[in-house]
Amino acid sequence: MSTHAELQVPSLGKVTVPVGIFINNEWSPSSFKETFATINPATGEKQLDFAHGSAADVDRAVKAARKAFKTTWGNNIAATERAAALNKLADLMERDSDKLAALESINSGKGVRIARDADVADSVACLRYYAGLADKFFGQTIPHFGKEKFVYTLHQPIGVCGQIIPWNYPLLMWAWKVAPALAAGCCVVMKPSELTPLTALVLCDLAKEAGIPAGVINTVPGLGATTGDAISRHMDIDKVAFTGSVVTGRRISIAAAESNLKKVTLELGGKSPMLVFDSADVEEAAAWTAMGIWFNSGQDCCASSRVYVQEGIYDKFLAALKKKAETVAIGQPHDEATSFGPLISAGQRDKVLGYIETGKKEGARVVTGGQKWPKSGGGFWIEPTILADTTLDMKVVQEEIFGPVIVAAKFKTEEEALELANTTSYGLAAAVFTNDARQATRITAALDAGTVWQNQYALLHAGVPFGGFKQSGIGRELGTYGLEAYTQVKAVHQNLTQTVEWPI
Amino acid sequence: MAPSYTHNFNHAGFKGKVEIPTGLFINNEWSTSKDSNAKTIDVVNPSTGESITAIPEGLPADVEVAIDAAHKAFNTTWGTNCPGFERGKYLIKIAELMERDLDILASIEALDNGKTYAVAKSFDVTESAAVFRYYGGWADKIHGKVIEQSAQKLAYTRHEPVGVCGQIIPWNFPLYMFSWKIAPALATGCCVVIKPSELTPLTALYMTKLFKEAGVPAGVVNVIVGYGPTVGNALATNPRVDKVAFTGSTPVGRKVMEAASKSNLKKVTLELGGKGANIIFDDADLNEAVKYAAQGIFFNHGQTCCAGSRLFVQRGIYDKFAEKFAHVAAQIKVGDPFDANTYQGPQVSQTQYDRIMNYVECGKQEGAKVLTGGNRHGKQGYFIEPTVFGDVTNNMKIVREEIFGPVIVMSAFDTEDEVIASANDTNYGLASGIFTSDLSRAHRVASHLKAGTVWVNCYNELHPQIPFGGFKESGIGRELGEYALENYMEVKAVQINLGKKCAIPVDL
Repeated sequence: MSTHAELQVPSLGKVTVPVGIFINNEWSPSSFKETFATINPATGEKQLDFAHGSAADVDRAVKAARKAFKTTWGNNIAATERAAALNKLADLMERDSDKLAALESINSGKGVRIARDADVADSVACLRYYAGLADKFFGQTIPHFGKEKFVYTLHQPIGVCGQIIPWNYPLLMWAWKVAPALAAGCCVVMKPSELTPLTALVLCDLAKEAGIPAGVINTVPGLGATTGDAISRHMDIDKVAFTGSVVTGRRISIAAAESNLKKVTLELGGKSPMLVFDSADVEEAAAWTAMGIWFNSGQDCCASSRVYVQEGIYDKFLAALKKKAETVAIGQPHDEATSFGPLISAGQRDKVLGYIETGKKEGARVVTGGQKWPKSGGGFWIEPTILADTTLDMKVVQEEIFGPVIVAAKFKTEEEALELANTTSYGLAAAVFTNDARQATRITAALDAGTVWQNQYALLHAGVPFGGFKQSGIGRELGTYGLEAYTQVKAVHQNLTQTVEWPI
Repeated sequence: MAPSYTHNFNHAGFKGKVEIPTGLFINNEWSTSKDSNAKTIDVVNPSTGESITAIPEGLPADVEVAIDAAHKAFNTTWGTNCPGFERGKYLIKIAELMERDLDILASIEALDNGKTYAVAKSFDVTESAAVFRYYGGWADKIHGKVIEQSAQKLAYTRHEPVGVCGQIIPWNFPLYMFSWKIAPALATGCCVVIKPSELTPLTALYMTKLFKEAGVPAGVVNVIVGYGPTVGNALATNPRVDKVAFTGSTPVGRKVMEAASKSNLKKVTLELGGKGANIIFDDADLNEAVKYAAQGIFFNHGQTCCAGSRLFVQRGIYDKFAEKFAHVAAQIKVGDPFDANTYQGPQVSQTQYDRIMNYVECGKQEGAKVLTGGNRHGKQGYFIEPTVFGDVTNNMKIVREEIFGPVIVMSAFDTEDEVIASANDTNYGLASGIFTSDLSRAHRVASHLKAGTVWVNCYNELHPQIPFGGFKESGIGRELGEYALENYMEVKAVQINLGKKCAIPVDL
């Protein structure tokens, strides 16, 4: 197979894109000569064939990464040089913003305007944030030892890191992984999702153009069970970072433990609750809730997929939310007006429809939506859906649906609201809507979630940490905390005057 | 029509016409003084003693206008109105423009200050851009702390920008000092009114073009060239200036602090003089020590606050060291800053030249031995031969006072305790050096030296990431590194009561 292919893209015309494996700044086909295909979520048609990386390809990538780590990256160059390379890559992403947005849109189904103004822009901001942090991650000097010894810590890059990213934000998840890893001095072996490998591969060429040395970023497309597993089990990968489902996260964690006990960080699923109190502005709460559940068509780990409304305003809130559902900008990805596109695949679409049916059977009331979008054609749209009057024991309340379906219920007291919110194995995000400042602070302290939004939802920033309590994950990404995942602490004891008595 | 000066450069490193706006830069516009009494300031080429150009003088009335502009910007387009990552982007953009105009800025600096073009390019301009880049990365990472979280209370700190800052910088590293002041101030959200030295204003004035090109909002940076007693004093005394930062001599630093105290007790940070002790132990790598000792004093023609201007050499290697050192000093090539072979250009002005030569005379009279140098170099411009005095004692003027020229004093010592005492026997405390191959000794001596920087087996190493500043009369506060941000921040503690009732014993 060739390492490149042609793709017809609205607004770009015919584009040549990479579909091979990127190791040591060079393209190659899979050692198996095997491929896998991607589907256009807006049409259901086959899009491209990509190289399916084998364990041997992963091994080759690891060797390239290890070599770079020992010679041209890591602490072999100054942190300011790593920073300059990341900034240069950010510049190139900005230069190619329209192209990247169009490719992201056609591969993932996102509206092209959103891909450009959110996904590409936020990815660039993430790279620039970590470029600025690279030379500012200090160790400590620990001065308690007087004349006896000089003690300090070094924050050293972990080494070769495997990174496995999902299909819901292909470009942004790439930036969240690559930026801190490279800033810290690590080299990566990246497996993009087999549903959306396109932009990750295009970025490899930009990385090369930015002057990032060969072997620092290696990309091996493939499937989880094969390529992903090879990464999780590789004996010379020092750390694996994964974003995706709890089920897969568990598998990766087990594989890491069974192989070389490599460090593991996980960003997994969520079933994040919104708590809307009587004092809240109902229109404002409905607007943010709509953003929280229908942005990216609900395919977001921190989607506000449960909403609990104080009984006094329950009906008013549902009416307001229904209006938002009915005025969502649903449409074709290439249309600039679209901000609600199809789900990523037939499988996901059917899974969501399955949950809606289950919800109905369990007694939930469909306030709006609940079906395929009539204009779907061959694509995978589902209408924004509200399931009301749900109870804690329902499947649709406990399990992550990962689609544009929100479950709603009412509550009386603050204690009841917290109980409902926290009765879940997840803990990624949550929100409280209230005009009572003390209540907001109190509730925030009590919610078991890694991010709590007060009177808003969904907004993330490169400088603010993000990650899960409970089964939503291990570790934090973004912010200065995000650098910790890619460094290890070495304590140095420098003896100045201590002696050892013998026998002790 | 904004005043400007165009210079035609024609040297091996750069050929071309460069236009430098020379007006007062206030609110993103260049103008002459509001005050009809304002004259012009003559900018002199220290290599020739001849005038380069005359530029408009700024006066206190102009400082008032600049402070207005700075406050307006602070309350509308800058300060907390501009998110950190946006401020960071401006700073990075400025760095990129400086890198683009590397040869131009280096040429201007060499012409105006007399440092060699080669060093201006590889050090001054390059490192200044690096400082802007460094603080560009800090702008969105200025974190407070969350200190208490309980059912009773949430307590956290905000690190807020101080406000409008007056900055007064010297002539020895005009552009570099400009970057040390402006970058952290802008990163934290402050607005500045900066007075470059009237001796070396040209690179700061060129930078005003780059600020405008980068799109920095009007009023955020204001540049006024004027004299210390007028413009400098106006900044130090003005009640609407929230903080003053000064780099220069200790006597003037004292005046700035007095003025600040007498007016509105504005915050003060000072980077003042030094008389750096460079200590060479007998187990040092001799040749490296000799080279670093020479660089330590002759870099920037000795016009460095952190210069290693007092050399202490352990007796066992003294004679050998002295011989090698004199030999190396005599190899230092003094001459035209634009000649690629030159290491040492002229001193910055006639006044400085006279002061240094005065000290040299003094040294001779006090009985110190001239091992090499001690005379003027050439007949035109302010060039002085690299000068080494031996057999000095701790009470000599040339040992106690900062000379700020290519003049070093050298003496022998026997023990570690003795040299630590000698090194610390000074009112200054800026920088010092230790040369030894004994790791324990390096750490031990470093812990005893009263100096803000201790260089071990090196000298004059400055990096944006590493703090710099003085103990004792060498200064107050630290620049560079994360520490510089503190100079431009106020810490506000916010304590939110979550459930506590007031305990005052009254009935209601």
